[in-house]
Amino acid sequence: MTDVLIVGAGPAGLSAGIACAQHGLQVKIVDEFPRPGGRLLGQLHEEPDGTWWNGMEEAKRLLEQAEKLGVDIDCGVSVYDAAKTKEGWSVSSSHGNFEVPKLLLATGAAEMALPLPGWTLPGVMSIGGAQVMTNVHRVRVGERGIVVGVNILSVAIARELQLSGIHVDRMVLPAQNPVTRDAGNPEKVFQSMLRVAHLAPSTFMKLGSKLLKSKTMQKLALQFLPGIGGIRMWGIPIQLKAAALEIIGDKQVEGVKIVKINAKGAPIPGTEKVIPADFVCIAGGLYPLVELAAVAGCPFAYLPELGGHVPLHNERMQTPVEGLYVAGNITGIEGAKVAAAQGTVAGLSIADEFGKLPEKNLLSTAIETVEVVRQNATIQFHPCIAQGRATVKNMSAQHKSDA
Amino acid sequence: MTGRIEHHPILGSLENRKQILFHFDGKTYTACESETIAAALLANGVRTLRVHEEKGTPRGIYCNIGHCFECRVTVNGVKGIRACLTLVEEGMNVESGVQLPVPFKEGGHQK
Ligand SMILES: Cc1cc2nc3c(=O)[nH]c(=O)nc-3n(C[C@H](O)[C@H](O)[C@H](O)COP(=O)(O)OP(=O)(O)OC[C@H]3O[C@@H](n4cnc5c(N)ncnc54)[C@H](O)[C@@H]3O)c2cc1C
Ligand code: FES
Repeated sequence: MTDVLIVGAGPAGLSAGIACAQHGLQVKIVDEFPRPGGRLLGQLHEEPDGTWWNGMEEAKRLLEQAEKLGVDIDCGVSVYDAAKTKEGWSVSSSHGNFEVPKLLLATGAAEMALPLPGWTLPGVMSIGGAQVMTNVHRVRVGERGIVVGVNILSVAIARELQLSGIHVDRMVLPAQNPVTRDAGNPEKVFQSMLRVAHLAPSTFMKLGSKLLKSKTMQKLALQFLPGIGGIRMWGIPIQLKAAALEIIGDKQVEGVKIVKINAKGAPIPGTEKVIPADFVCIAGGLYPLVELAAVAGCPFAYLPELGGHVPLHNERMQTPVEGLYVAGNITGIEGAKVAAAQGTVAGLSIADEFGKLPEKNLLSTAIETVEVVRQNATIQFHPCIAQGRATVKNMSAQHKSDA
Repeated sequence: MTGRIEHHPILGSLENRKQILFHFDGKTYTACESETIAAALLANGVRTLRVHEEKGTPRGIYCNIGHCFECRVTVNGVKGIRACLTLVEEGMNVESGVQLPVPFKEGGHQK
């Protein structure tokens, strides 16, 4: 008999499974990707201290621990529904139904699309798709690529492509439109780039990162950025004052038409040109993958600082719906270490619900650990993450007292 | 040019994996054991996995992790299979999607 079904074998799901199994629960984890590890598998970045965060190794470590504890992990299984029953949950998947008392959703995040003409051509892919092809499958996505969308994830992955010997010609912004909004605004993008200065310190030292703390200096710096706004990170030109108008090609990608833009993102007529490329990566940022929480009947909150709509949940990763838990990026966009720490909380909290957690302090310590890991995170997707977390906590408490 | 990333400065060299044969639209390709259909085809230089059902425009992978369904192909006769999540198997028969008739749509494609 399975005590808890976990959807998603990423850092959150695996850590939760480990915590549950350590307290004597029968755990089953399902994941639709052919191998466990979630988005951890493709991650590879250099920490400020010069060591590498190698997600593949981290995933292996978590997997070994889970398997040793007897956690049952099934890959290639897609879950598409979760219905409340008297005893718990009836979960429908591509491989049959599961009847379980407790359900944990650890489905992670998805990528936002930045549609532009030509984006359906073969050779155009999301930046995360390129990451998985490169680091997980070890297949080259092309010879010479252009990244559309400048954010922390796309910058990190451009570097990963480069490490694999794939040429990233340049990174540009998407042309501004009602969908791309801030992603097409050089000032906004420049501000967010300053927050990742520690990933490529030399680049930003040249710009004088101290001076750039002031808003006025940021505006000035952007006016005077060399060329059409070229900064370089690891030698890759990041052109904050160029935007992609269209992806060109007959049967597949042949190039990208770009245009110079002013500091506000408005195109400068007559400056269009086509840059040859055989692949294009689109980077629109991440949002929590929450559909299963919605079909399970969980109430939601819309919090841009967490990446969009998130299922309400308390510090113990419990949703207001009996027997339904959430952990990891489904609760808000953060790095893998935070997701893992949240998974541990969810696992302990489920064990406690079964009356199998005699050491109550383990749970409170795990909750504090999430906070510590969050504060020390190298990669932070949103500057106001702490505020978003506090809001969800309050809303969840409010929801409980209203009910 | 696509192909495999044999050596990597941090992730190391690829281990020797068993080679298997599979078919895509009647042609035979070599894949490595336990890789996805999408990865095997891209390694062979194939980017187009299907054409849009109505417009007939070419499509390939987009998200590569199962979210967008852009990579849907027919596998051993079963339609709508995501090439980015499905592992290739020896002798597997993969077919790209084809343009479908839209007889009731004004100006639509007719077969
Ligand atoms: C494309 C992409 C690239 C990323 N790259 C980085 C990076 O380089 N660095 C970084 O710090 N963070 C990155 N992230 C953020 C990432 O979400 C976190 O670092 C971390 O992996 C989140 O862990 P998680 O366990 O919550 O979810 P994930 O690691 O995403 O794991 C969720 C798992 O759930 C499975 N799943 C989802 N829905 C279903 C379903 N219906 N049925 C069955 N299985 C399902 C998925 O297949 C997946 O394996 C990336 C995110 C994405 C989407
Ligand atoms: S490429 Fe998106 S589902 Fe396969």
